[in-house]
Amino acid sequence: MARHSKAEAHARPQPARARPAQSRAADLDRLIHEPVRLGIVSALAVNDTMTFNELKDLLKTTDGNLSVHARKLEEGQYVACDKFFEGRVPRTEYRLTAAGRRALETYLDHMEALIRATRES
Amino acid sequence: MKLAKVVSINERALDNLKYIRETMERAGSFTAVPGWGGILMGVSALLTALVSSRLPSNSLWFAAWLGEAVLALAIGGWAMVQKARAAESPVLEGPGRKFALSLCPAMIAGAELTLVFYRYDLFPMMPGAWLLLYGVAVVTGGAFSVRVVPIMGVSFMAIGTLALFSPFRWANWFMAAGFGALHIVFGIVIARRYGG
Repeated sequence: MARHSKAEAHARPQPARARPAQSRAADLDRLIHEPVRLGIVSALAVNDTMTFNELKDLLKTTDGNLSVHARKLEEGQYVACDKFFEGRVPRTEYRLTAAGRRALETYLDHMEALIRATRES
Repeated sequence: MKLAKVVSINERALDNLKYIRETMERAGSFTAVPGWGGILMGVSALLTALVSSRLPSNSLWFAAWLGEAVLALAIGGWAMVQKARAAESPVLEGPGRKFALSLCPAMIAGAELTLVFYRYDLFPMMPGAWLLLYGVAVVTGGAFSVRVVPIMGVSFMAIGTLALFSPFRWANWFMAAGFGALHIVFGIVIARRYGG
């Protein structure tokens, strides 16, 4: 239960449709608004699991950068991480949690609402 | 003095949506396996099956299919490069590299077995072994790809298994069904749904 409450705290900011676009932008889920973190969540949304190296190749980032951003998503309970050995090679595998999937859906809704709001204004 | 570029919220939101879509495409729905290349490989295999069924000796039959294997390899390699270029994805990195590396072990095993079969005149073993091992190669390569690729591999394995337990006179039918029809059918699916 405690796992979800922390993640939902990030996913919660739902845009109120009556507010102006600038105000809605301030509500953005900062945890996945950063490009590398948004990339990780988007990639895991279409794959059950991805290894650290697969994500690194896909997002064309460095070990350190990916590690820092993946850790933040883990802390926010948006992704879950499994570490194991395949033979003698250590592997780190990530998957998207239910909270992470909801956060991405909310983020997409948010982006679409921002586009609608700026077009209407 | 350098002026900061002003980006509207609308533009930023559109860029973010585009980035999400592109990342999802590259991560999930893109396969380095070339659909159009598969169709071409299928057509050349059908033609080879037609020609090889009229050849008078096993050695000529073998030579025809060996030539077809070289041609198919060239078509497949060329088509993979074209597809990777179109997707602006490096050929020897990411999905392409994984597919090529995973394809190799079973293909090498197939080549070695072919040498042994040829040496001991075991021509009737060849079609089943080729189809089966090509299927294994595609299944292992497809383990990192979209679901249709390993399904294609399993289909090759099924036809290969049937061919192994069938008379040699049916060999060209199995080769046409596998390397011809399966390549064409799955090639069309991949080309239409997974980026060409």
